[in-house]
Amino acid sequence: MSSDIRFTDFKSDKQPTWCPGCGDFGTMNGMMKALANTGNDPDNTFVVAGIGCSGKIGTYMHSYALHGVHGRALPVGTGVKLANPDLEVMVAGGDGDGYSIGAGHFIHAVRRNVDMTYVVMDNRIYGLTKGQASPTSREDFETSTTPEGPKQPPVNPLALALSAGGSFIAQSFSTDAQRHTEIVQKAIEHDGFGFVNVFSPCVTFNDVDTYDYFRDSIVDLAEEDHDPTDRDAAKTKILDADKEYQGVLYQNEESVPYSELHGLDSNMADIPDGAPEDAMDLVREFY
Amino acid sequence: MPDDLNWAIGGEAGDGIDSTGKIFAQALSRAGRHVFTSKDFASRIRGGYTAYKIRSSTDKVESVVDRLDILVALTERTIEENLDELHEGSVIIYDGERTEMQDVDVPEGMIGLSVPLQRLAEEAGGAIMQNIVALGAACEVTNFPIENLDSALEKKFGTKGESIVDNNKEAARKGQEFVAEEFDHEFDYDIDTTDNDYVLLNGDEAIGMGAIAAGCRFYAGYPITPATDVMEYLTGRIEQYGGEVVQAEDELSAINMALGAARAGARSMTATSGPGIDLMTETFGLVATSETPLVIADVMRSGPSTGMPTKQEQGDLNMTLYGGHGEIPRFVLAPTNVAECFQKTVEAFNLAEKYQTPVFLLADLSMAVTEQTFEPEVFDMDAVEIDRGKVVDEDEVEAWTDEKGRFQPHFPTADGISPRALPGTTDGAHMSTGLEHNSLGRRTEDTDVRIEQVDKRNRKVQTAQEEEDWSPREFGDEESDNLVISWGSNEGAMREALDFLEEDDVSVRFISVPYIFPRPDLSDDIEAADEVVVVECNANGQFADILEHDALTRVKRVNKYNGVRFKADELAEEIKESLQAEEVTA
Repeated sequence: MSSDIRFTDFKSDKQPTWCPGCGDFGTMNGMMKALANTGNDPDNTFVVAGIGCSGKIGTYMHSYALHGVHGRALPVGTGVKLANPDLEVMVAGGDGDGYSIGAGHFIHAVRRNVDMTYVVMDNRIYGLTKGQASPTSREDFETSTTPEGPKQPPVNPLALALSAGGSFIAQSFSTDAQRHTEIVQKAIEHDGFGFVNVFSPCVTFNDVDTYDYFRDSIVDLAEEDHDPTDRDAAKTKILDADKEYQGVLYQNEESVPYSELHGLDSNMADIPDGAPEDAMDLVREFY
Repeated sequence: MPDDLNWAIGGEAGDGIDSTGKIFAQALSRAGRHVFTSKDFASRIRGGYTAYKIRSSTDKVESVVDRLDILVALTERTIEENLDELHEGSVIIYDGERTEMQDVDVPEGMIGLSVPLQRLAEEAGGAIMQNIVALGAACEVTNFPIENLDSALEKKFGTKGESIVDNNKEAARKGQEFVAEEFDHEFDYDIDTTDNDYVLLNGDEAIGMGAIAAGCRFYAGYPITPATDVMEYLTGRIEQYGGEVVQAEDELSAINMALGAARAGARSMTATSGPGIDLMTETFGLVATSETPLVIADVMRSGPSTGMPTKQEQGDLNMTLYGGHGEIPRFVLAPTNVAECFQKTVEAFNLAEKYQTPVFLLADLSMAVTEQTFEPEVFDMDAVEIDRGKVVDEDEVEAWTDEKGRFQPHFPTADGISPRALPGTTDGAHMSTGLEHNSLGRRTEDTDVRIEQVDKRNRKVQTAQEEEDWSPREFGDEESDNLVISWGSNEGAMREALDFLEEDDVSVRFISVPYIFPRPDLSDDIEAADEVVVVECNANGQFADILEHDALTRVKRVNKYNGVRFKADELAEEIKESLQAEEVTA
């Protein structure tokens, strides 16, 4: 790991094909800055993404990366991190990826508490399939598949994470570059599963949850007297459906990541040239 | 009577049938006898008929037969269930003092030994040991030195304390003495012991052991019958080598975790059965296009849907061969016995890393849960070689970078196999994706690059076809015009069926195929034979279909799909009938 890493080292030479003005630009820039600020470099970083606009991130960043199938990025990230604890693992997904098709994986990744960072680019719409309702879409949000709105309440990802025993739960706004970077950085530094839900507006298909909407509504926890180690205080804020918070809502400072709990500290890529020396003991067990 | 003993214990699930059977199997194995076990169990935790059968001989035994010499019947139903296999002179051990067993009707010509199992167990320290009393009785019937049973009891209960072991030994002796004193009878089942050392294990355990031997350090899975034993074997053992077993939330997660670990450079695997393999199918293509080495074991059971979870079938051949949308280069290996579960698992890891492909291990229930004896040397750990394929280190990376210094993980080489830089390798950073991509791993829809990459991936299979040994094994009379072909776990039953056929003057050449894809080209062998019969445990003959396709001719089929594996004598009969039948009913 070299000390003169700049965030641009994490940029690939591929130009993003996201729509001009897409929130994902800011989300990704913050991720790259946070990685560089925490002393990582592309060769020790592994980025996993699923399908959708968010899934393209592995192409636009420069690091080891895998672009997988829809909703399964978290299990891939889990495997990568457990196999090689020296890698900095960052998983990126969208609201469909994380809270719909991958919702099962989400709550289990949260409770498994593997030491990685999960950034969800939440634009409250399906963008790449051109404008259908997502699990975080508002109840009355009219889309091509929900002409009268979904008529069901949106998923509250922070509440899901808290109830699943999340050890780091945060929210940021992609265009607030400094705060977003700072929050992702805290997630990286957290010992355990760092979850950041990022408001990452879709300028093409979502005319409700816009930059202006978030700018006007966001309450920054940095300006409030919020103690992120206070789980009850976090619960009250997370369940407040009328507010859009930015900041670290909850952090368990006692968090012990999966690898530590399970005594995993070796790189599983290192194996002998043949069977282990004591392998015949495995056979003798069957006498 | 040859030195061939067929013994069984049957009762209700929850009666300790399985562990009792295993103790006796171990005692026989420790006495230098070969053992082959089979289980008849229902998909429930308590209640329902269940049985554990042992065939044992001083010679190698590789299948079950349609005969039962000694039956420990804990319920009356046990006798009914086994009536077909019992014969004149069969011994039935039961507890005639128990209310529900007082009216047991021992079939004519058979020898009923009413042994007060429960009472004698209580005298020895507890009713729970009633099955052990029955084992002691069986020792007397077979003139089997009870010290071997002691040794198995020590292994089983050693960790629970000396008094438990002693009580069990005492219970066994009470059963033995009761039979010796109460029944003035010569039995026909005296068995020999030898000085040979054998190990006794099942297919799932052999897969797990093969995985550790091959350097597998990461396993993710979701519990499912009959694959769960692989996970249970690895749990607690793989950690000793720095590895980890993760019980995932579902099979989708399991295969993706295994993929992630493999991407990070670990030798990694998952195992499941039919319903689980369905769920994993989504990721097969990703494994193949991202060129990630991954071993996926499918321990087949009766399908479709949830089918018969505790019954035998070889119905997933098409699934592992063709499963997944698009065209997915892959290898499919089908071990033929318990020892081969070990060897093929080792082979699977080498193939996976050498060719950077998914490798399927196609095992089945009857092999996975069957305990079989082997000389320990069969599991030759010194012979395990680990080939990690084209992994490049930081010095070699540069040779594979493009003009802009970018590493090319999907470079279209002549043999189709590309360099692999494990994460952490300096200057090797790259991405991989399930999208069609160029040599850098970046998405493309360029028609030429698409063709180049598809061809490159397929070329790996061609290379493997040329470089690896995909030979079948051959048994029987190589000059015979009658050719029988089977795949996977039918080999043992078929080999023994050859003896029965020989007794009836039917000569057969038998080819056993442990590889589904790539597979040996049997066209010439099929062409040269007058009659060709393909044996498999499914209704439609999935392997027969493939062989017909390969050889452009019709073959006869012997299929079994009632949920029970082939028995050697039964198989011999079916083959005889099939050979005599005029028409090919394909």
